[in-house]
Amino acid sequence: MTEPLHKHAPTAEQDERLEAAIAVLLRVGVIAAAVIVVIGGALVLRHPGAPVPNYRIFHAPGEPPSAVSAGTSIRSIAAVFRHLRDGSGASIIALGLLILIATPIARVIFAVIGFARERDMLYTIISLIVLAVLAFSLVHGV
Amino acid sequence: MTILTFTLLIFGTSVTAGLLGALTGLGGGVVVVPVLALLFHVDLRYAIGASLVSVIATSSGAAAAYVREGFSNIRIGMFLEIATTLGALVGASLTALVPVKTIGIIFGVVLLYSAIASFRGTHEDVTPKHGGLADRLRLNGEYPTADGLKDYVAQRVPAGFSIMFVAGGLSGLLGIGSGAVKVLAMDQAMRLPFKVSTTTSNFMIGVTAAASAGIYISRGYIMPSLAMPVMLGVLAGSLIGSRILIRARVSTLRMIFAVVIVALGVEMIYSSLTGRL
Repeated sequence: MTEPLHKHAPTAEQDERLEAAIAVLLRVGVIAAAVIVVIGGALVLRHPGAPVPNYRIFHAPGEPPSAVSAGTSIRSIAAVFRHLRDGSGASIIALGLLILIATPIARVIFAVIGFARERDMLYTIISLIVLAVLAFSLVHGV
Repeated sequence: MTILTFTLLIFGTSVTAGLLGALTGLGGGVVVVPVLALLFHVDLRYAIGASLVSVIATSSGAAAAYVREGFSNIRIGMFLEIATTLGALVGASLTALVPVKTIGIIFGVVLLYSAIASFRGTHEDVTPKHGGLADRLRLNGEYPTADGLKDYVAQRVPAGFSIMFVAGGLSGLLGIGSGAVKVLAMDQAMRLPFKVSTTTSNFMIGVTAAASAGIYISRGYIMPSLAMPVMLGVLAGSLIGSRILIRARVSTLRMIFAVVIVALGVEMIYSSLTGRL
């Protein structure tokens, strides 16, 4: 069992660099998302006297699609980009939220690349499986 | 109430929830969901949608600090993420099938469990036993201690993996990070050093939540105008909380917060049973 430990020594350092790169990526993603959400929020609150949207009653997305506005939930990724040109506060918040959701996904993509460069087949495959589950959730939406 | 007042109230509440979550190590979601549902009468599905988003923000926001400490183990995290993301898919899908009342009761039970778990002592360090699955998957590493670097290797991998699936399921069903269950899997089942468990758990929470996010979007659970103050508030609160954590004596704070969490858990179960949720 001394051989695998020996082999592990150089990868530990590579792992550390990989993790540091991922940490920077996550931080940039969160800051970008937060800034965009703040901008969208400021637009929503441009009319501070507006009534509170009804959050008490849940509306399933089966209803006719309307513009992403305060009081409408995000229905799909495509819808967010479609409504972005309306420039409404809610659609800008939605964009920020999508960026936020994308950051952990980007982290897994980063890991796939990192492990592949380390020629670590096992962990390249493991990361790809995780990525596949994430892609399934986003595309299929169940 | 105007949208400005409401947003400010939600923001303030979320800052507190993030603070609480960071200081107890339970995460903001577990606090923010019951408060939104019980105090602000937000539909549970919108509450868990907003919470899930804040969970991703907190996990990613804290990652940089954790990596610097050098405790988290990317291999163990990635391997266990297979279980948590699959669990999250199942949990998030169940939100449409399980009645809101039942989700509320499960939430209450998780709150009570989390409060107890935050008091459990960490296990004694065991001499790592090599062999089997952990070696083949290279689920080992070393971590900095007072007497230099110490080796560790994961024990009882199948048990840890199974608990992680449950953790992912709860995360998807309740819109929380379920850090308490993740730490249970790594600390208690896999016997990893406590610091390695907590930091790796934080790293995994964002990826797990992202697996639920796609389903939440297609179900219409994520309401931008509500998620905005929740995400920003919980993020701010947890960043402040992790600063305080470095300086403050935690034991008394933990006691106070555990009481708050128990109260929320009881109220959550009571409201669900009486149909007020």
